[in-house]
Amino acid sequence: MTEIASAVGLRLPRLEVREKVLGQAQYVDDMVRPRMLHGAVLGSPIPHGRIKRFDKSRALALPGVKAVIVGPELAPHHLGAFIKDETALARDKVRYIGDAVAAVAAVDLATARQALGLIDIEYEELPAVFDVEEAQKPDAPLLHEDYDKYVKVFPAEYKGRNVLSISTITEGDVDAAWAACDVIVEGEYETPGQAHAYLETNGALAEFDAAGKVTVWSCTQSVFKMQAAISEALGLPMAKIRAIATRIGGGFGGKAEPGTQIIAVALARATGRPVKVILSRDEDFTMMRVRHPAKIRVKTGAKKDGTLVARAFDATYDAGAYADESPGVMGFGMLMARGPYRVPHLKCVGRAVYTNKLRTGAFRGFGNPQTAFASEANLDDLAAKLGMDPLELRLKNAMKPGDTWVGGQKVEACGLVECLERLRKDSDWDRRRKAQAPARPGKKRGLGIACLSHISGVLATSAIVRLLEDGSFSLNTGAVDIGQGSDTTLAQICAASLRVPVERVNLVNPDTDASPYNWGTGASRVTYTVGRAVASASDAVGEQIKQRASIIFECAPGDLELRDGGMVGVKGVPGKVLPYGAVAGFSHFVAGGPIIGTTSLMFDGPGFDPKRTLLRGVPFSNLGAYVFGAQAIEVEVDELTGQVEVVEVWSAHDVGKAINPQSVEGQIQGGVVQGIGYALTESVEWDQGKVVNPSFMDYKIPGAMDVPYAIHPIIVEHPEASGPFGAKGVGEPGLVGVGPAIRNAIAHAIGARLAVMPFTPERVWTALQGRAA
Amino acid sequence: MIEVELAVNGERETVSVDATQTLLDVLRTKLGLTGTKIGCNQGVCGSCTVLIDGKPARSCLVLAAGCRGRAITTIEGVGTADAPSPVQQAFIEAGAVQCGYCTPGMVLAAEALLRKTKRPSVPEIREALSGNLCRCSGYTKIVDAVKLASERAAP
Repeated sequence: MTEIASAVGLRLPRLEVREKVLGQAQYVDDMVRPRMLHGAVLGSPIPHGRIKRFDKSRALALPGVKAVIVGPELAPHHLGAFIKDETALARDKVRYIGDAVAAVAAVDLATARQALGLIDIEYEELPAVFDVEEAQKPDAPLLHEDYDKYVKVFPAEYKGRNVLSISTITEGDVDAAWAACDVIVEGEYETPGQAHAYLETNGALAEFDAAGKVTVWSCTQSVFKMQAAISEALGLPMAKIRAIATRIGGGFGGKAEPGTQIIAVALARATGRPVKVILSRDEDFTMMRVRHPAKIRVKTGAKKDGTLVARAFDATYDAGAYADESPGVMGFGMLMARGPYRVPHLKCVGRAVYTNKLRTGAFRGFGNPQTAFASEANLDDLAAKLGMDPLELRLKNAMKPGDTWVGGQKVEACGLVECLERLRKDSDWDRRRKAQAPARPGKKRGLGIACLSHISGVLATSAIVRLLEDGSFSLNTGAVDIGQGSDTTLAQICAASLRVPVERVNLVNPDTDASPYNWGTGASRVTYTVGRAVASASDAVGEQIKQRASIIFECAPGDLELRDGGMVGVKGVPGKVLPYGAVAGFSHFVAGGPIIGTTSLMFDGPGFDPKRTLLRGVPFSNLGAYVFGAQAIEVEVDELTGQVEVVEVWSAHDVGKAINPQSVEGQIQGGVVQGIGYALTESVEWDQGKVVNPSFMDYKIPGAMDVPYAIHPIIVEHPEASGPFGAKGVGEPGLVGVGPAIRNAIAHAIGARLAVMPFTPERVWTALQGRAA
Repeated sequence: MIEVELAVNGERETVSVDATQTLLDVLRTKLGLTGTKIGCNQGVCGSCTVLIDGKPARSCLVLAAGCRGRAITTIEGVGTADAPSPVQQAFIEAGAVQCGYCTPGMVLAAEALLRKTKRPSVPEIREALSGNLCRCSGYTKIVDAVKLASERAAP
């Protein structure tokens, strides 16, 4: 039989692209319901304090105000992804400027916002702490007096004041290994708080029906997590909560945990009317979550020939006022701290520490961009000390198929060496490292490199595929496409499995009333994990199609095959064939019943091996399929001003198999640019706990002129046996190595080895002065 | 309240507006034209871009009451499902759309550029789009889309 053109591997436009270019896509703020009210949320004006008294009377007296709610009026239920330390509205204490203390529903948004200013809350201000080192001192203000009593969903370790989680990972014997090293390089590194800056702020619309069931439309990365969080926070049974995803204007991790969903439901319950709560840009910046600022110490030892021997890693992640996803982010960061290299002796200690600042949480890379910066900067300094080419040092120690990850999982598919070789060739590495490319007067050019690794996987998911009467299909997974293109990718996997064009697959919008469970969009898992479920459910449908057709053909199912274009036929007999529509009609109206394939799975990869690796306080028992990549970046540094411009980027990623290469390229390019922002301009700045740059004016994300047009995605394909059609995830990796690659390029350009991101003109200029002296 | 006659996408609409109400708010809440997006509501991100007399403008910074007699084009007036504009078609094919939130503003900024400059260079395209933020794409494929549209229109 000839090879068929499969939907997998095609550069297909997004399923929903037409509505997006026409302005017809419906985001939550575009929705209006009859009698709908508008909600607004009041944030604490102080970083730390006890609430003495609430007085809602002035706010309630404002015409148009329909309800004002405060924390003590809600059930005293705590929530949190890893540690249950938050309530939907503060009850007795506030812990950061912006901590939600009250909410209003009114006939219009202006009235609701006006009413916020009329809510009188008396606080007893408490001393506050804003720095992770200060917070750990014995006399530091304590943020969570009841920390011991909080429910924790993993065996947390947390010795120390305001320390909420410590993860320790040990392999080999680091202390003994230093003696065997010829060269040791130590460094201290710092990374900033980065704002997700999705263009659509957080928002939700909630409406109760007469039976007491609430429907919540929102921008979220998981309708199932929202259903569970609303239930947990407000004490409503999950059967009375229906969560639906609208179109999502970007997430990047910032919409993985609740935004305004719980408050919208509480206001809808209080008023008996639909309530929409959309945050302003300023509120989203100051009330939601950002990437963890981190301080990291790294020590790496090697033999004279560059063979890595040992690494010690000590990291402190600033969690802000609530745990949110901090234990996971920090723990995952530690699992990534070795990097994709063979290092026999390893010790990583990470801690997450409460401070009186905005909470920090999941953000593209999930703790890995921080560790990758420290790790890859340190490695570059090691290469310099050894007098080795940085690419050669990485190549020498790069993981290869059959090597193990921290924790003992064997990695069979690993295209890291190919990624490095592609970078060498495409960036003309050897020539340009030796002789820097010519720059404009007053500027210096440099080329830098970083490797990266990540995972795709984790947790539970499911899929339902149903054959419709006309031979097309309905695919239902509950996985939210937050803009990354997973709807299209999943439809391609379904279409390829059933040998139909993608137009014959209808993708069901995530809805807890209709969709099977999916943990969420995150961990670069939708293509890999949900894709597995889709492929498996599609194959089950294929088997049922053959089984029903075997009744019609009066043959064994094993004699049948699926054929391109949605046909089932007898093997070796080209003319003996039926379209799926005929089989569907037979199943629906004659015999067998509707054809439905379902798959339910929990990520089942190998767990960490306790005999090989000591892991304490790490909130994962396994992770997923490991992914690999390498990034080379050329920069131009202005020697007068310290301004750094990115000139060209090569980003090579082993994605197993690109289901939709155009979409994969988009993920890589988008990740790179978010990484350029992280490296050069983005930093949430606090003054005494107050975010002082909560706008796009003062918090600078890259625009089209700030990044190069030449961002070259390089797709490397080493099929992952456990993935659908060999695919692995690519959502996060594009960002991970950008910071260190730029840092290393600056070092190549001007000789300055920077340790603090972002590399602002001031920092680079200061380094240039140091060089001159 | 002020009565204003607006010419939106070629149709005359009479709306009563507050003196302080922005064009963005009137388009979205009074005329139901929700394709124009609120990203920052302070004139930085470009999500609310519309064309006023053919020139790109941030509708969050424009008072509706001041738009009497001006020709306003929103994303809903650019193309249809059956006949998307060449720019919209190029955005579809080049993979320039991810979450889609910046897309209406980007499309309008590109429309304005191509009305003025038939075959813009890559630097000219980047400059024309520099007032519109995108957090997903990295811009390369958006620039490709505008290039593709211009090459088709002026081969």
